[in-house]
Amino acid sequence: MKPPRALWVPFEFGRPLGPPNNAPLQRKVLLAALNLLEAPGGPLLEDFPEDAPESPNRNMAPIPPAAFSRNFISSIKAVQMPEALRNEIAAMRPWYDTAVAQRKRTTVGVSDIAPDAIADFIHSFIKGEHPENPRKGLPIIYSLKFAIEDLKAYYFEGITFQAGQEEVSSKALENWFWDETIAGKVIFDLKKILQTDPDKLTGMFGSYFIVPGEIARRKGSL
Amino acid sequence: MRLEKISEAERKILMSFKCPEFETHPWATGPSLNKRRISVITTAGLHGRDDRPFQMDPKDFYRTIPGNVQANDLIMSHLAASFDRTGFQRDWNVVFPLDRLRELQVEKTIGGLADYHYSFNSAHEPAEFKEAASQVADLLEKDGVNAVLLLPA
Repeated sequence: MKPPRALWVPFEFGRPLGPPNNAPLQRKVLLAALNLLEAPGGPLLEDFPEDAPESPNRNMAPIPPAAFSRNFISSIKAVQMPEALRNEIAAMRPWYDTAVAQRKRTTVGVSDIAPDAIADFIHSFIKGEHPENPRKGLPIIYSLKFAIEDLKAYYFEGITFQAGQEEVSSKALENWFWDETIAGKVIFDLKKILQTDPDKLTGMFGSYFIVPGEIARRKGSL
Repeated sequence: MRLEKISEAERKILMSFKCPEFETHPWATGPSLNKRRISVITTAGLHGRDDRPFQMDPKDFYRTIPGNVQANDLIMSHLAASFDRTGFQRDWNVVFPLDRLRELQVEKTIGGLADYHYSFNSAHEPAEFKEAASQVADLLEKDGVNAVLLLPA
């Protein structure tokens, strides 16, 4: 492509400035890019020489009051799943509220559905119903996608505020969500339903936009 | 991103993407960094809390972000599932480093920041952006911008 000035960085997708809450590294990346403005000629493609510090892949802390575990999740019958998800979302609430109060921000809100209403919204699709679309003018499958991302943000913003979890890696967070939470199981089950939907757009969302490809491959649904 | 750090399947998908080639390679010089007025253009699916989420709509190209935006004003409607959002959820600077840029402005390392920044929809092929990119280039010029920080995510 040869753009006039480009800085290659080693960080994962979604983090062009590197890991969160590392202002010194962000500043270095930014200055490395901006200093290319003063280069006398190009095109330039420079490599940023520093990797992100390793994030601790420590085990995620348990979330009171529910005892989250794969055995517990696998013991839940389908008919109990909506209530189990509502309970799990309620159990995350203190951590989410604390995180929002301390960080003074939240990224939840794209779907326009309150977190405690997302469980019922998702289960409507599992039951084959069509709930009211909170985002008028947007196909409802987008609202479902954004509700799922809102729910994940609600969990991640909360769990990363528990003691010792602030620096946990994106990989550990992803594995925790998809393997250790009821929300992860419900969304994965939903993906399997959506990806066979005869509606082209719904099928595409189910196949590609609901569960990360790596997780779908690992769990044998891609 | 280091290709050796991702799975073979993901690597194959990324390597299959075609990069556009251009017949010309424009080059422009300008004033020193401390005289640059900078605007940020991101493809991380960012927009205002009350703004419309991005869609795979052929006419949906970009959102504007005012220069006085605060961290809690921005949310993300990127459609990709394999895209880390947990960094942005903890610190907006990982995709939109406005705190860092404002620090550089205060210490006069950069000349200033634009009145508007832009968030482009990543659900398009590069060539489809031509008209929208030209429009934004005109807006940047009117804003007095003489450096753009493009942040793919």
